[in-house]
Amino acid sequence: MRTLFKTNYSFDIDHLVDPGERFRVLLVIAIALALPLWLSSYALSELLMFLCYALAGLGLMVLTGFSGQVSFGHAAFLAIGAYAQVWFLQRGMPFAFSLLLAGLVTAVFGALLGRAASKMHGFYLAIATLAFAILIETVIGAAGPVTGGHMGIQVPGIEFFGQPLDETWMQYYLYLGVLLFFVWGVANLKRSANGRAMVAVRDSETSAQSLGVNVARIKIQTFFASAYITGIAGALMAHQLFYLSPEAFGLGESLKLLLMIVVGGLGTISGAIIGAVFVSFLPNAIELLREVLPARVAHQVGLEPFLFGAIIAGFIIFEPDGLYGRWRKFRLFLETYPYYKRATFTRQKRYLKTGRFR
Amino acid sequence: MQISDAAHLLIIGLAQGSGYALVALGFVFIYRATEIVNFAHGELMMLGAFAVLTFAELWGFGFWLGAAMGILSLGVFGYLLDATVMRRVIGESQSSIFILTVALGLMLKALAGMLWGYTPQVLNVPFRGTVEIGGMVIATSRIAIIVGTALICVVLYVFLSRTRLGLAIQAASQNQLAAYYSRIPVKRLVSVVWAIGAMVAAVAGVLMAPITQVSPEITVIGIKALAGAVVGGFGSIPGAILGCILIGVAEPFLDYIYPPLQGVYAYAIMLVVLLVRPEGLIPQTFHKKV
Repeated sequence: MRTLFKTNYSFDIDHLVDPGERFRVLLVIAIALALPLWLSSYALSELLMFLCYALAGLGLMVLTGFSGQVSFGHAAFLAIGAYAQVWFLQRGMPFAFSLLLAGLVTAVFGALLGRAASKMHGFYLAIATLAFAILIETVIGAAGPVTGGHMGIQVPGIEFFGQPLDETWMQYYLYLGVLLFFVWGVANLKRSANGRAMVAVRDSETSAQSLGVNVARIKIQTFFASAYITGIAGALMAHQLFYLSPEAFGLGESLKLLLMIVVGGLGTISGAIIGAVFVSFLPNAIELLREVLPARVAHQVGLEPFLFGAIIAGFIIFEPDGLYGRWRKFRLFLETYPYYKRATFTRQKRYLKTGRFR
Repeated sequence: MQISDAAHLLIIGLAQGSGYALVALGFVFIYRATEIVNFAHGELMMLGAFAVLTFAELWGFGFWLGAAMGILSLGVFGYLLDATVMRRVIGESQSSIFILTVALGLMLKALAGMLWGYTPQVLNVPFRGTVEIGGMVIATSRIAIIVGTALICVVLYVFLSRTRLGLAIQAASQNQLAAYYSRIPVKRLVSVVWAIGAMVAAVAGVLMAPITQVSPEITVIGIKALAGAVVGGFGSIPGAILGCILIGVAEPFLDYIYPPLQGVYAYAIMLVVLLVRPEGLIPQTFHKKV
């Protein structure tokens, strides 16, 4: 077993203190950087979609994982980001600028919803986000002149500082750069005062409030940050979809994002990335499964949503810490063998009835 | 719009609202007893409609017997759902539980699509045709919804306030720990509450069947009922009924005035109410002072 001795106060807040962890993260980044050397442009374009999902998952992770506000309608922010991006590009704005603005527009919507949410708790918010998503989908469909309605709208190509990025590997590096930037940003956010306040709000609003955290303000900030990241993800995604229509951002997409963070592990940055990997490979796994299953079941349209639901439910019941949590347990098991105790990871349960405060 | 048109829309809205209220009744009931918001209640309602359809039409038991069997089987389903799944997550964070119920809803909807298909099917109910009241021609099925909802409200009220079981449920929903101390089997009681909620949902599914047909798509009524319950203030049953009827009545009028946003006015109303009055029209929740 290896013990990390703290020799410096900055150990408490530094990123990646554990050398093994640092090595693994750098390895993943190095592999991600080297991937275009080996992969065909088709595989790379699949990876681009994965990067968008990872970014969107990161956005939802800030909201649901860090501050505990459930959003069933995060695809609405993807949609707003995507349409805002197209709208700005059509007005002849340069790519980098319109990306930032698309994120900002989405973030303003997010803050408005957060303003409404700041007074709500738990499920009110979940229902409100659900309603918000359905509403946005319909409004986009109805607002034909601006959004192209259900007919859809064409997405212009990417032009980065006057340089058209038509090669897939160029886009890949751009997207990877954006994702890494936001991973770094969220990691910083998590160790800042605001980030810790978010976690405090998640764990107990009452105690956060008694420690002087302005709960309403933190919620609005969380929504702002989360919607900003998701909006950027939506804007990037628009370029991969080539053609936007409101159906692309339906409830199914929101649930997919939720599946990602639940499977990956709520409350961790790695969870969002692992979840995105999982969701990206899921369609392939389902295809394989279809070949194994009897024909009567295999060709049902309902198979995919059913598996989605089953996976989410299974993870919540049996492994609420997700794949990342499973990995942490496994690692601790190896490191401390034979002294591993299950109780190390017992979560504190809260019985609402007895400690009910609203 | 003429007066008679308006009156007609009003009746349609009242019927629709009563249908929502019936669904809302079920999950407010569950919420009060367990503090779990069941996002899968629309799916339970759909399942109820399908169960009745199976018993009454496909297996030929006739409507009344089929309905009774379908509703009872939903009760058993609700009981088992709590006993096998929901009981395991007691004490987890509330957000995990929402996500779980949404996932369950997703599974149920997909399962129903696999078993019964996605084409809307017709359930032959005895309350068909039209009646004429004061010069207005109204479908009997709409009146049946309004009457049925009122009836179930009365039955539930009597059950909760007069019977032993009902009083035990009230006790458990007010303070679980105290209920345990007074030898009330809270776990089993919660499962019974789920069973009752599921049965009420099944009744709603049957009553709504003539209007909506029976298909996996009717689960959307569950979300609208949630919206209605939120408008009314979630924890209170009268509030939920009021909110649902409000939304049900407002919907046809707004659809008539501006059709492009048809079907989403319920959510718009809810968002507006939440912005203006976050705790709903009849507040039920209170902040703990720090």
